[in-house]
Amino acid sequence: MTAPTTYAWEIEARDLRVKAGRRMAVDGVTLSMGRGVHGLLGPNGAGKTTLVRALATVLEPHSGELSMLGGAELRHLRRRVGYLPQEFGHYRRFTVREFVAYVAWLKEMRDIPAAVQRAVERVGLADRADDRMKTLSGGMIRRAGIAQAIVNDPEILLLDEPTAGLDPAQRLRFRELLTELGTDACVVVSTHLVEDVAAACTDVVLLSQGKLVFQGTTERLAAHGTERHAGDSPLERGYSAVLGIPDRPGSW
Amino acid sequence: MTTDHPADHLLHRYSQGDPGIPADELWAVESHLETCAPCRARLAPEPIAEAVWASLSPLLDRTPQMPRARAWRRVHGWVSPAAGPWLAMILLVIAAAVVLDRAGFAVGDRVSLVLLVAPVLPVLGVAASWGRSLDPAWELTAATPRAGLPLVFRRTAAVLAVVVPGLAVASLLTGAGFGRWLLPCLAFTVGTLALGTLVGVTRAAVVLIAAWALVIVAPTIAFSRTSVVLGAAAAPVWVALLGAGLVVLALRRMAFTRLEGNR
Repeated sequence: MTAPTTYAWEIEARDLRVKAGRRMAVDGVTLSMGRGVHGLLGPNGAGKTTLVRALATVLEPHSGELSMLGGAELRHLRRRVGYLPQEFGHYRRFTVREFVAYVAWLKEMRDIPAAVQRAVERVGLADRADDRMKTLSGGMIRRAGIAQAIVNDPEILLLDEPTAGLDPAQRLRFRELLTELGTDACVVVSTHLVEDVAAACTDVVLLSQGKLVFQGTTERLAAHGTERHAGDSPLERGYSAVLGIPDRPGSW
Repeated sequence: MTTDHPADHLLHRYSQGDPGIPADELWAVESHLETCAPCRARLAPEPIAEAVWASLSPLLDRTPQMPRARAWRRVHGWVSPAAGPWLAMILLVIAAAVVLDRAGFAVGDRVSLVLLVAPVLPVLGVAASWGRSLDPAWELTAATPRAGLPLVFRRTAAVLAVVVPGLAVASLLTGAGFGRWLLPCLAFTVGTLALGTLVGVTRAAVVLIAAWALVIVAPTIAFSRTSVVLGAAAAPVWVALLGAGLVVLALRRMAFTRLEGNR
């Protein structure tokens, strides 16, 4: 039996500042995230990856507070977190099953073979599970990356640009999986594709130059946009409105 | 708490999923079952389990069976998956050094090539075990609960388990004394890790390879004899460096749980 939850939010950050090299890439972010799928949006260089790395506990915050799962101790916390880095480095000579099992071992799991089988089935790679990673297509590699992240049934799942390299059909399936995962975990998906967020996320966090400029539902973000703002969908126009991007076709 | 157990016919109806049980009775049975193991045992031999099994067993033949993990994959509890080719290369370099030594190729006056390459070999292995440039899954590994000094030590031990016996055989074949290469070899290994906690393992490896070229290789070529730092008189210095490295490692051990450790 699991102990009852004693914290209000899976992730709570107060005035969080994180450095990437010498630059303060996340500069005073205050946010709280519970269960559900949270889309982390923002232009390139907004600090999305740095924030996700801080949540994955591989970057130490420069200042501010970060409390995850009620302030669990680092090693216990990491057993309950799944992480897909932006650059998913893998061992080409491993089969999918071997690789996911290796990560499960790194996560100090018990009953590894069954958990690996479950994770591989969830991402739809069961028929390729015993093929070497170097024989897989880009989309399949990405799915193997998601499999290693969910192998420990994480309570916090951090996915950095998970849809890069997926074809449209795979992205649809991936959104279904996200919705499924979001029912009993806190899923943070960093992306720069607004349509991914629109389809699968319950909540949007918008970063710009290291600052949090918006947190709320997709509907509220869409409500910010008007016809004068750049974008092809209400959500894109809301995104442009909050970031203050003027509608000047042709400019970057 | 009362000790009234539900009657047999009620339990039977419950296990059949009878919708006719009044809500209050259903609730009472359910909450009783949660706390009463003997009553759960009364449920168990019901045909439910057999029914579930009967519907599962035809599926089992069509489900792909999990192959057993290949035994050699288990070594990755010790050897970093990225280090394999580098360990093979280290053995090749040792073999080449032995062959050249035996063939009488020498940089000037009886300089042993085995002795010359001994300190730098483990540095490469360590860099391959934890460095960002050689291990593709560095970020993934650093975010797992197992990341940290114990895993780094395991991987380093695996490197030394290849390098040290290799060099031992080489020194037997060429007659270079054990003490002369073992201490520099260990000091460079620990040094890579210790410096790695401060600037990252990859950069530490680069710095130490440069130091090796400057302090050991350059004098050997310039004066055509084995550098004094490989002589017996230098042993206390190597021991001191080894000790200092271990102290730094102990103090900075948390660096290996963060990305800073494998820059």
